Amino acid sequence: MTDAELTDLVKKALYAVAPDIEDQPIDPEKSFRGQFEIDSMDFLNFVINLHKATGVDILERDYPNLQTLSGAIAFLHQRLP
Amino acid sequence: MPSLGADMEAGTLVEWFKKPGDHVRRGDIIALVETQKGAIEIEVFNEGVIGEQRVQPGCKVPVGSVLATIFDTEEKQTPRPAKETTEKVKQRPAERLGSAREATAATALSIRITPAARQRAAALGISPESLSAGADGVIGIAQVPPGPEREPAMKRAPRSGLPGLDRDEMRKAISAAMVRSHRDIPHYWVAHSIDAALLFDWLETQNAVRPIEKRLLYAAPLMKAVALALKEVPELNGRFEEEVFRPSTAVHMGLATSLHGGGLIAPAIRDVDSKSVDDLMSAIADLVPRARLGRLRSSEMTDGTVTLSNLGEGSADSVFPLIYPPQVAIIGCGAATPRPWAVGDAVTVRQVMQVTVAGDHRVSHGRHAAQFLTRLSDLISHPETL
Repeated sequence: MTDAELTDLVKKALYAVAPDIEDQPIDPEKSFRGQFEIDSMDFLNFVINLHKATGVDILERDYPNLQTLSGAIAFLHQRLP
Repeated sequence: MPSLGADMEAGTLVEWFKKPGDHVRRGDIIALVETQKGAIEIEVFNEGVIGEQRVQPGCKVPVGSVLATIFDTEEKQTPRPAKETTEKVKQRPAERLGSAREATAATALSIRITPAARQRAAALGISPESLSAGADGVIGIAQVPPGPEREPAMKRAPRSGLPGLDRDEMRKAISAAMVRSHRDIPHYWVAHSIDAALLFDWLETQNAVRPIEKRLLYAAPLMKAVALALKEVPELNGRFEEEVFRPSTAVHMGLATSLHGGGLIAPAIRDVDSKSVDDLMSAIADLVPRARLGRLRSSEMTDGTVTLSNLGEGSADSVFPLIYPPQVAIIGCGAATPRPWAVGDAVTVRQVMQVTVAGDHRVSHGRHAAQFLTRLSDLISHPETL
């Protein structure tokens, strides 16, 4: 997948959890939690969405890598064939 | 007009779904009512025949007003106020929610207008007062000038863009409840630091072997522990109404939920004390998104016997919340963070959570709160028993 496709995929997974932020810009380096009041429940659902969309197994210890847009893209890049 | 929460003072009847003479059965939806927290469907509780409808669409009436009378099927002579029979209500699908909201203020009193007409008028920014009624005395869709229907209404929607939620109205509802709480309830607060390391260890072990959809958030075992500890201190679980405290045997726990973009709501999960941790996790996963979308059921807004305010990961250390009336306690949990902790003679680092009880002094005292916190600490140290 290209970076642009991955960006779309991650954004989609996030918007599904927080549809109210769809019209807001995302700072790729800042944590979702810091930018959008994403709590643990939202984050878990976001991770579930990523897993469903990609089939990538995501462990709890991977969570810190998924806190930002750029982190999530890099993580998926690495895990996807 | 049923009360759908301590902060509800009045509701606007939007639409009747039944007319006088209609036969109704338990569970039938007879009307749509708009409140500050969205539009709610009113269900009938008994079987009977609709008598007089005393409130017309567009009228805002205080809680407790008789909306309509219902005759028993057998004895048609004894009308019964429908309000007594309409306590069970449920939320209406979201697409209907947006329609009536904007008209609430404009049609405060006695303008008869159909929902469709109201929606179009609101979308066009036309006050219903400025419209003339049709031949039947009701403003119908024909009396409102045609216009681009949905789009303007969508653009005027609240910041979140979600139907069913109006941040300003919700802010008012929260204000009303908290003013009442602060004014009427003699609060006291007791706080305790709890070593939650064993809980987090247990959670990590559990989640390592669970598929991603089955993983637990610590809120689930925490809720269970809080509920079990509350069972042993009945003075903190129940309702204080009309100067009488009624303890509750079951723990129906309101979960303070912040909404994206502001707003707060505390819908209740029933029987937390008797649900498994997995069931609680499913209940949270079901409830939180619905709270944020404005799709709660009325029972979730009215059934709480206590509230949990869990700040969650990455948040502040402690919270001193206000009780949600008519409840008599609220439990506040700060973020669990690594802290120096004395174990025997040594100092070690543990995940410590500061838990606060706000209690109602008319019902309980600091001793009750301390008793609860000690018991909670025990339970959190034995997560496998939850």
